[in-house]
Parts: sequence; structure tokens; C-alpha cells
Amino acid sequence: MDFDLSEEQRLLKESIDGLLADSYDFEARKKYMAEQGGWSKAMWARFAEQGLLGLPFAEDDGGFGAGGVETMIVMEAMGRALVLEPYLATVVIAGGFLRHGASDVQKGVHVAGIIDGSKTYGFAQLEKQSRYDLFDVATTAKKKGDGWVLDGEKFVVLNGDSADTLIVTARTKGGQRDKTGIGIFIVPANAKGVTRKGYPTQDGLHAADITFTGVEVGAAIGDPENGLPLIERVVDEARVALCAEAVGLMDESLKTTVEYIKTRKQFGVAIGSFQSLQHRAADMFVALEQARSMSMFATMANDFDDAKERATAIAAAKVQIGKSGKFVGQQSIQLHGGIGMTMEAKIGHYFKRLTMIENSFGDSEYHLRRVSEAGGLV
Amino acid sequence: MDLAFTKEEQAFRDEVRQFFKDNVPPETRRKLVEGRHLTKDEMVTWWRILNKKGWGVSHWPKEYGGTGWTSVQHYIFNEELQSYPAPQPLAFGVSMVGPVIYTFGSEEQKKRYLPRIASVEDWWCQGFSEPGSGSDLASLKTKAERRGDKWIINGQKTWTTLAQYADMIFCLCRTDPAAKKQMGISFIVFDMRSKGVTVRPIQTIDGGHEVNEVFFDDVEVPYENLIGEENKGWDYAKFLLGNERTGIARVGVSKERLRRIRDLASKVESGGRPVLEDPAFRDKLAACEIELKALELTQLRVVADEGKHGKGKPNPASSVLKIKGSEIQQTTTELLMEVIGPFAAPYDVHGDEDSNETMDWTAQIAPSYFNNRKVSIYGGSNEIQRNIISKAVLGL
Repeated sequence: MDFDLSEEQRLLKESIDGLLADSYDFEARKKYMAEQGGWSKAMWARFAEQGLLGLPFAEDDGGFGAGGVETMIVMEAMGRALVLEPYLATVVIAGGFLRHGASDVQKGVHVAGIIDGSKTYGFAQLEKQSRYDLFDVATTAKKKGDGWVLDGEKFVVLNGDSADTLIVTARTKGGQRDKTGIGIFIVPANAKGVTRKGYPTQDGLHAADITFTGVEVGAAIGDPENGLPLIERVVDEARVALCAEAVGLMDESLKTTVEYIKTRKQFGVAIGSFQSLQHRAADMFVALEQARSMSMFATMANDFDDAKERATAIAAAKVQIGKSGKFVGQQSIQLHGGIGMTMEAKIGHYFKRLTMIENSFGDSEYHLRRVSEAGGLV
Repeated sequence: MDLAFTKEEQAFRDEVRQFFKDNVPPETRRKLVEGRHLTKDEMVTWWRILNKKGWGVSHWPKEYGGTGWTSVQHYIFNEELQSYPAPQPLAFGVSMVGPVIYTFGSEEQKKRYLPRIASVEDWWCQGFSEPGSGSDLASLKTKAERRGDKWIINGQKTWTTLAQYADMIFCLCRTDPAAKKQMGISFIVFDMRSKGVTVRPIQTIDGGHEVNEVFFDDVEVPYENLIGEENKGWDYAKFLLGNERTGIARVGVSKERLRRIRDLASKVESGGRPVLEDPAFRDKLAACEIELKALELTQLRVVADEGKHGKGKPNPASSVLKIKGSEIQQTTTELLMEVIGPFAAPYDVHGDEDSNETMDWTAQIAPSYFNNRKVSIYGGSNEIQRNIISKAVLGL
């Protein structure tokens, strides 16, 4: 039992915190947001230089062989700075599919481009009807020679408008809500038959709705008829990463709010001297610490051998993060008063990102039901 | 960062668990599971078993009978104790006055009091709160006046838990009425059988008798019963309250209660099926379990930090423990009320708490719900805890 970071982890944290402190303040972020695709190619290159994009990949594949704690450190720091670049979509999710399921040939083609920052990815999974059920897939993949032909529509694909390559889930067999018969495919974004409609999301990131019409692709990642366990595993890693990002967001949101109520004066005194505001801030701290604990728990759970135990633990963390995130986010606005309502103030942007995290890969209600159906946590 | 317990820690957990299995009297365990009060004999019997094993005052320094365990071992011991469940050592002696005596007391006082705390020869109670001094404890009025080699004590304490069984009391008394309120208080211990001490029971809303009013009318106490220095009592009181931080989350207690809820909810029917099969109920139960898991991890963070940096500087997260721990305990009793439904109502006024008579399992659920309202009030109310967080942690 040890909650301290190792020497290497501490250095990693210092280096990413330092980088973001230097080059990712709120004004810089606005500039990056205005660039094409809504994020900064230059920042992405610097993440690559610092080795952040290669962290989780095996040393044999050119990475650093880092574990969940390192991803937690990076995501928390990125949350704190409201980072726009597609780390989750590219390194955590696409990287996850490659690490856990891809053949050596597939890794050979794709991993190097992620690590050196030359390529980014998107995960085309959500469909109009699927909501949070990963197994609900209507997009079809039909066998053709050695490859497959994809047809269907995917929505809110994070980084979908800039991505060079898409990881796409598609049904190879069975009915729309069958748990088997799902394959995972690698699709170049410029392949014939891919149509992308990009847009900014509520939290300042970018996504795309993507149509696949007779798109010819090569071999699936892993078993084309039983991809769900791999999808669940990778999406669980994405959820863990989102938990860490949310902790960074909440931490910074609370810090900013406490600073604000220490300086904002009304009735001739700092409003932070009022007990009703102090108690609210104390409750925000409680919510944050509970979330931080569950983010650590999820990070640990990601290495559980038993897939069901892992899924339940991570679902539980997502519930806590959602609940804490909503409270800290909303109350940060409330304690800021009118200024918290403005686009100009940073505080609202934490709230918006926290809100979008809640609705990504299962909201609190969805995951609470999963925990309760699994028989609880005790 | 490694969040798993080591092999040695796992083995320690097994050892502790086995010891409880082999040694906690079954009747004592049953009463705890059902939320009943134990008799004095039942408690003392168990504490003596624990003491014989060498675990009665586990966190004390080795020279006074402690175990030398790591913070994590203490955590495991407490969790296993609470979730078995077995009675916890009497906090007033073991966790409160004991540490004050071995930290601030004279050699003579250590020799005189510590072994008797460990062996449960003396049952201690706490004389802090007064009718006019609750959250504002430093406003206390009970007076100790020096007369030759004696203190003469006059005043009234309240909420004195289990004073009806107590042999000794440790008391905050005002010894310098002219000083600023925190500065004129001394920490004095004395025999509850002294002339002029009167204990009057307070019946709480659950119908039980845990707490008392204690009156002091010209009680004569030897001067040497002062612990530490005169007028430094407030410092010792703060030290004492700071010591109790991690136990207060009662994670093990809530774990045990959640297991009981699951068990009862699978037996009690509602709408033609077990309550546990009602998705709305199950979701509430799961939500509580998730909060508890988060609290458990928060507690472990505090424990691990104590192990590293010593107990001197409390981890900011530790202030969370009291607030969340009490809220979760209260939620578990609410869930039990929901399970039992209309059978919460019967009130067994004749069920003597001190007897072993078997009552239906429903009888203690409403009392336990009522009784647990106290947990967000005692030990520094949750509102006081929020004051502490906002001042000490957030700097407001």
C-alpha cells in the first residue's frame, strides 16, 4: 500500500506540469482552439518530444512501457490545463486497441506514427441508437476477399475531423444488439466512401459525424466476430483516463473558486468570509477528495485480472466522478456568481468539460445500474 | 504508487480475522450485528480477551503495551474488528486519555493509570461537553479551585457516554477564570466514586441509555491528578481529538451493515419479490457502496500518509473522513428502515437492553436509525468539520 509516486513518476509529473504551466494558460488555449481542427500541432509535437505520446506502448514497440499511473498523471495534468489535443482519442483509445489487440503487422504500421506525433486517431463507435451500450452496433462489415466492406453511420467521433485514421466498430454477424459478431477495423480517414462532418463540441474540443459507404478495409484488430471484450477493455481504459482528467478539472476548479471568493468583495468584505460559502467550498473539497480516491481505485482496477471485477470497479469510479464533477462544476459557477456565467472566465470551461465527461462512455446513472446489476461493491 | 496490500499485510489480515472468529463470543457478535447495546460484562470480557492477546492498546508505544504495528496494520486491524463485528476497545481509555497520559503525564501517572486502562480495571469516561458548551467547547464553566493539595471541583458535564459504568473520568476544568477562554483550562482526572459526583441518565430518542449528565458538587480531588501543566488543558484536548481522526470514518462498521442490508433485502418481500430485486432500491444500495469504497480509499490515503510523515501533520483528506463516514453510516440505517418497511414500528419498551433475551430482528432497526443521527453531531459536528476544512485546508 503506497500512494506516493515513484521517482520516475514524480519527474513525469513535474515535466508535464512544467510544460503546461509554460505554454498552456487560458489565453494560449484560445489561440490553439482557433487553429485548424481546434488544437495545436505545435503542442502535439512538444508532447511527442517529451515522450508523452509513447508512454503506454511497450519498449519493443518503441514506447516507454509505462502503466496506468503514468496515464493518470498525464490526464490529470491535461484536465488541469483544459488541454484540447487528442491524447485520449489517439494515445489512450487507439493506442489501447493497438496494444491489447493488434497484430505485429498492425502495430508495425501504426504505433510509430502515434509515438512520433505524426498521426492522430479517432474512435468511431457511437451510433444514433446505441447510446452507452458498446455492443449496440448497426454499422455492418461484410467480408470481401481478405478484407471487409463497411457501411453505416457513426456520431460524435472525438477528433474525428482531424484524425488521420479511424478505429471503427462494425457488425460482422448477428443482430444489432448481439454481444458477439462485432469487429474492430482500422480505416484511413481519407479512404474512399468515408464522409466526415466535423464540428466543435460544447467543451471546446472537436468531433465529427462520419458516414461509411462501401468502405473497403483490411484485417480486423483481433477476432472480427468477437471484438466486444477488447472494446470493453479499451473503453474501460478510456473511462479511467477520463476519471483522472476530471480530477484535474475539479482540483483546478476548486482552487480557482477558493481564490476568487478570497478576493471578491461584497458588503465590504471578502465573500469567502461568509460561512455559507465556506461550507459549500468544504463540501466541494469533500467531493473532490472522494473523486480523487476513486480515480486511484480505477487506475488500480484497470490491472485486475477478472474482467467483471475490473468493469464494476471502473463503473463505480465513473459514478463517483460524475457525481463529484457535477457538484464541483455547478458550485464553482454558483460561487463565482455572474462572472462564472461568462465565456470570458475560465471557470465555466472546467464546468463544461466536466459535464461532457459525465456524458462520455456512460453517465452516472448508466454506471450505477451496472454496479447494482453486478451485485454491488461490498 | 501501489494500491495493493502486500503479502505480509494480507497474512496479517488473515491472522486478525481468524483470531476474531475463534475468540469473539458469538452472542456478543450477534448483538452487534443486530444493532443492540452490549452489557458491561460483555464488553469487558471481550476487551480482556483482546488484552490477553496483546492487542488491547495496539497503537500505544511498545513500552506501554503497544504492538509496534505499521499504520496499515492498524488500519487492517480496525477494519476487521469493525466488520466482523467485534466491540471496539473503549475509546475513552484507550484512544483518548491513554495517549494524553503517556505523552504529557508524569512517570508516576503513567505507572498508575496506563496498566489499568490496558487491563480494563478502570473504565474511563470523558468530561468535556457541558450544557452551555457544545461546539464552543472552550466556553466550559466547570471550575476546579486549588485548595492546599486538593482541587475542589464544581460544575456539570453532559453527554457523558457510559458514565454509568465508569470508574474514572478525565475532565476539562476552568482553573484560571481570568485568562482568555482557551488559556485557563486544565486536564484533571479523578475517581467517579468521589463524594459529590452524581450521574443522571439521559434517555436518547432511540430509547437507549448511553449518555448521562454528571454533576460535581464540591468534589475533592488530589492535586497530583492534574495531567501535564496547569492551564494547558486545551492543548491536551486538541491533541486528544486529533488522535481520533482515522477511526471516526468507521468504514468497517458501514461495510458490515451493507452486508446485512443485502442479506435482509434478499429475504424481505415487497410487491411479490425480494426488496433486493427492486432496481430502484438496488441502485440506492450500490450508490452507498460506491461512496463507501471512495471513503475507504480516502482513509487508506490518510493512513499511508501517516505512516510516512508521522501523525503530527494531518493529511488534508482526513477532514473528509468524519463528514463522509457519518453520512454513510446514516444512509445505511436509512436503507435498513426502507427494507423493513411497516415492521419498523413496534417499540419494545420491555426489551431490557441488559438482558440476553432474543427479540425479533426487526426490533433494533428503527432505534438504530434514530441513534445514528448522533454520528453527524458528536466528535465535532459536521458543520464544525466544514469550518475546519474551510479554514485549515482551503485557507478561507
